[in-house]
Amino acid sequence: MEGMAGQKSTLTWAVNLAALFLVVLWTIPTAGLFVSSFRDRDQIAATGWWKSLTSSEQTDFVRTGNAEDQKQDGAVYVLEGNVLTEGQKLVGWGTSARNPAAYKGGESADVDGAKLTVDEDGAYRMESATPFTMKRGERIFVTTASPPKFTLANYGRVLGAEGIGRAFMNTMTVTIPATIIPILIAAFAAYALAWMEFPGRALLTAVVVGLLVVPLQVALIPLLRLHNDLGIGKGYLGIWLAHTGFGLPLAIYLLRNYMAGLPREVIESARVDGATEFQIFRKIILPLSFPALASFAIFQFLWVWNDLLVATVFLGNTREQLVMTGVLRELMGSKGGEWEILATSAFISISVPLIVFFAMQKYLVRGLLAGSVKGG
Amino acid sequence: MELLLLAVGTIAVGVLGCMAWFWGSNFVLDQLLPPRGPKAGDNIRRAGLIRPWLFLGPAILFLGVYLVYPVLNSIWLSMFNGSSTEYVGGSNYAWLAQDAKFRESMINNFFWLLIVPALATLFGLIAAQLTDRIRWGNFGKSLIFMPMAISFVGAGVIWKFIYEYREPGTEQIGLLNAIWQSLGGTAQTWLTLQPVNNFFLMIVLVWIQTGFAMVILSAALRGIPEETIEAAVLDGASPWQIFFKIKVPQILGTIAVVWTTITITVLKVFDIVFVMTNGQWGTQVLANLMYDWMFRGTPDYGRGSAIAIVLMILVLPIMIWNIRNVRREMR
Repeated sequence: MEGMAGQKSTLTWAVNLAALFLVVLWTIPTAGLFVSSFRDRDQIAATGWWKSLTSSEQTDFVRTGNAEDQKQDGAVYVLEGNVLTEGQKLVGWGTSARNPAAYKGGESADVDGAKLTVDEDGAYRMESATPFTMKRGERIFVTTASPPKFTLANYGRVLGAEGIGRAFMNTMTVTIPATIIPILIAAFAAYALAWMEFPGRALLTAVVVGLLVVPLQVALIPLLRLHNDLGIGKGYLGIWLAHTGFGLPLAIYLLRNYMAGLPREVIESARVDGATEFQIFRKIILPLSFPALASFAIFQFLWVWNDLLVATVFLGNTREQLVMTGVLRELMGSKGGEWEILATSAFISISVPLIVFFAMQKYLVRGLLAGSVKGG
Repeated sequence: MELLLLAVGTIAVGVLGCMAWFWGSNFVLDQLLPPRGPKAGDNIRRAGLIRPWLFLGPAILFLGVYLVYPVLNSIWLSMFNGSSTEYVGGSNYAWLAQDAKFRESMINNFFWLLIVPALATLFGLIAAQLTDRIRWGNFGKSLIFMPMAISFVGAGVIWKFIYEYREPGTEQIGLLNAIWQSLGGTAQTWLTLQPVNNFFLMIVLVWIQTGFAMVILSAALRGIPEETIEAAVLDGASPWQIFFKIKVPQILGTIAVVWTTITITVLKVFDIVFVMTNGQWGTQVLANLMYDWMFRGTPDYGRGSAIAIVLMILVLPIMIWNIRNVRREMR
């Protein structure tokens, strides 16, 4: 008995550890972005985000003053200054790029006949028996350590100046109508497919299921031409219509499955009582179907918010029209080096879906299950 | 600000318009064929024939214009030249057959189809099995499921931070290179390293889709009748045997559903390749190739449509399988 109990707890441990490993593995990429978005721009480029809690070392060079800055101090000519900026600590310094930490603070080195000393606190003093004549200062290479630094400045900068604020509004403008309108249209259609008898019902249901998997790519060229011919062109109206069309098959399918599962007696007795189909739909079906409506609303919201392809094709690429995914794409192309902007913009763009996701997870899971397990 | 007004206005117009249509058309129908009076029975029957189409009308209009028409129109356009002015028959398809980029895309798509659904389903199955047995399982599930909510573009940025490259020997800020270097490797530009760069792109999609597989498989695992497992335990089966010989065979149907759903997603994969490599360094896929022909330089609608139709044909078997399943269920 004891042996078995021991085995069991080992197994529990193994399961817990394995699960922890998987969860950490799946969370780390997002965590990296989250941490990076709060880091100082120089530190992002200098060390990995996982080192953000330790101080980071950086190498840079500082120029001394030139001939004009020199002072005479007794028999020697002197240049003085400081190589550190606020918050930095000196790790080492040097006179060539090849060895930027050759000397410690307080040590001296020989530079073209002059004696250069850099102190712990970053103050340097260059002495020479003859006057300095150089037009540009000597370079002092310094290796510095900066303490970990977290900042909200990235968010301020991105929201204010980088067009993300505008893109955020654009995305909202695209997403909200494109989420609500298909629900309404689909709800009526789903009711007809689930509870009304008419010839062609089975065929229509099959068509809806078939349209579920049509690749969007097929629709792009014809619809773009159609929109141009109709005079809709590129704009919000076009993208709302497009998202409504693309979202409908899933909406009808999910809602039909759900409505078909509602108790027959409720609807039959309402019909017997003389309620019109419109009344039945509005007073009985719609309130009862709330979970399914919520499921689809989340799907459609996430899908429209996260979409890049439809937005690029139907909305255009001017700065006034870009949605957030479009801005992110541009940032990745043109500002690959500006990590803090990229990380912060990306985090802003994924924060809304993440909030919706965590707040409404129950409905999302329910919708997924209704959409695949039952219907398959 | 005026944007918000525009959005709110649109919602109002859209919602009110829809309500007006549904309510109004029903009202008109009831006036024309009143369910009372001498011909009540006749009227109810006739109204019953018309009413479903009032409910279905807007949906059919949208589905027709935004999905059915484009498919047919694409087939038509794929037989015309780039500016759709001249009929060229099957020559766009003949061109595809010999185009090196198209061949590369087909091969890459094939490997995407092979690897992504397999890995996502496998990891999803493992995650479902593990998280179902621990106390903090639901919390763990949420975190593995989370990437589902992240856009492909956002995921691209997230993984760019992982694949980032710095000169070998210097401080690496990309996680993968940092680990690789600490294990004694030389830092690599992973996204240009053919042919494994394709694999690094696939990992992004696996990361996103695993949560989906996990959620559905977890529900299926919980639906397995307790008795079958208890019987196996009594017979002295090990946990491994229970999992692979008792549980997995019982959820094969669900695994197939998960697999095909991810397959569809994979076929349409566009954003990840578009933002991370844009099809360079041997990573082109069909969806991105099509975008190239549609929007880069002078648009070539003929070739773009031909590629879209190839995508459509690849999806067709799954579409038919889905329809057959649903029809069987409805009966």
